[in-house]
Amino acid sequence: MSGLFTDFINILLSTLLDVVPIAAIILFFQLVVLRQPIPHLKQVLIGGIYVILGLAFFLLGLEKALFPLGDIMAGQLSSPAFIGVADGESAPWWSYYWIYLFAFLIGFSTTIAEPSLIAVALKASEVSSGTISQWGLRVTVALGVAFALALGAYRIVSGTPLYIYILLGYCVVVVQTFFAPKPMVALAYDSGGVTTSTVTVPIVAALGIGLSTSVPGSNPAIDGFGLIAFASLFPIISVLAYAQFMHFRNTKTKYS
Amino acid sequence: MIATLSKHPLLKKLWSAVTDLVPIALVVVFFQTLVIRQPFPEAGEIAVGTLFVVLGLFLFIEGLEMSLFPIGDAMAYALTKKGSLFWLLLFSFLLGFSTTVAEPALIAIAKQAGTIAADAGLLDPNPEVVERYSLGLRLSVAASVGFAILIGVIRILKGWPIYYLIIGGYILVMIITTIAPEEIIGLAYDAGGVTTSTITVPLVTALGVGLSTSIKGRSPLTDGFGLVAFASLLPMMFVMIYGLFWF
Repeated sequence: MSGLFTDFINILLSTLLDVVPIAAIILFFQLVVLRQPIPHLKQVLIGGIYVILGLAFFLLGLEKALFPLGDIMAGQLSSPAFIGVADGESAPWWSYYWIYLFAFLIGFSTTIAEPSLIAVALKASEVSSGTISQWGLRVTVALGVAFALALGAYRIVSGTPLYIYILLGYCVVVVQTFFAPKPMVALAYDSGGVTTSTVTVPIVAALGIGLSTSVPGSNPAIDGFGLIAFASLFPIISVLAYAQFMHFRNTKTKYS
Repeated sequence: MIATLSKHPLLKKLWSAVTDLVPIALVVVFFQTLVIRQPFPEAGEIAVGTLFVVLGLFLFIEGLEMSLFPIGDAMAYALTKKGSLFWLLLFSFLLGFSTTVAEPALIAIAKQAGTIAADAGLLDPNPEVVERYSLGLRLSVAASVGFAILIGVIRILKGWPIYYLIIGGYILVMIITTIAPEEIIGLAYDAGGVTTSTITVPLVTALGVGLSTSIKGRSPLTDGFGLVAFASLLPMMFVMIYGLFWF
């Protein structure tokens, strides 16, 4: 328990240093550039203390729970005993199917409940004046992330180079951009960024690194990363596709 | 009783921190009991850590809403009204930089990346070197987000269509990939997704929507978005260039 306490104090001190630059910038702009006193100073100060404490608790919990969780799940689901091969022997890529399913479900379940996605979906249905439904968009993005993580896990297992997938993904996005209804383009690009929340990122990162540690012949420093990149690229593709599809369906019903 | 309790704003926020974790917990429990069929290793420690995560996220977001968000909103508004381009651009850069430096997910990933590079023998395992590598990683990502917001604001002011910039950005990412060391590519691509979570998105969206509302002929719905997209493109380039200095 005392170890936990010293950990917490250490993290608290480094968090303090992280928050100082933000405070300095705010002070500078408010007092020097805008030349105004800070409104609700007391509330702001209490909020600042909350931010520092919260950040420290979160980082400690992340090290004790989120990182180990992703690592343990990857280790269990890809251990030779679980896959059913002898130790050190490499298994064909399809024998890791539970890992793919796990990655798929983690991607889908975390995205469908993601608050920033809910906000974007609301905006999207406003922009498109209702042709894009909120639930339709949320399910589309969640499926995009789920597929992305499953494919990303396959990439780690198979050891194929990451940049080829990203390059192909970019090409698809560029082609889609030419055909997609223009008001939706910026929103679709943004939806790629909002899907990966602060809670999901560490788990997914640990999952990738854990997986590449236990798959024979895979190097965590090179193959362990890339899951988050997939999870930010695929939602763009799925949202553009969804917008295109709804646009197509609407114009068709209009003229038939 | 429960209905009135759940309407309390504080409990509502605590609840939203819980809902972030519930889906993950469900999937993990499902796999552990039905697929792996073994007791979960280190269950006690993970449970305590999860409590810390919920409590931490709750305090963090509550604190942001009390301090940083109202000030950031008011500042973005005041600076666009002031009409000074220099201060507006400086503010945009610093906003992107400072919110990214303190992003919890980035702090975690940078640390993890340092440890892994040291384990793989790519870095001197001396803790000081690893620490410097992680900090440098965070600073280059933060600088890249600062520039991203800067470019995004100029785009809103000039009214350039977003897809030219994004497609140009994709091409640049691919060109840099060809010269970047292999060890950094995965991490660099991931950095794009890491930067845009809890703190950055709400503030940056507020800035974008505020700007496009105050400029004539811009629609907040089509021009206000797109700042986040830049904030996921530029980190890839900056981290790959950062990798060139190390490997």
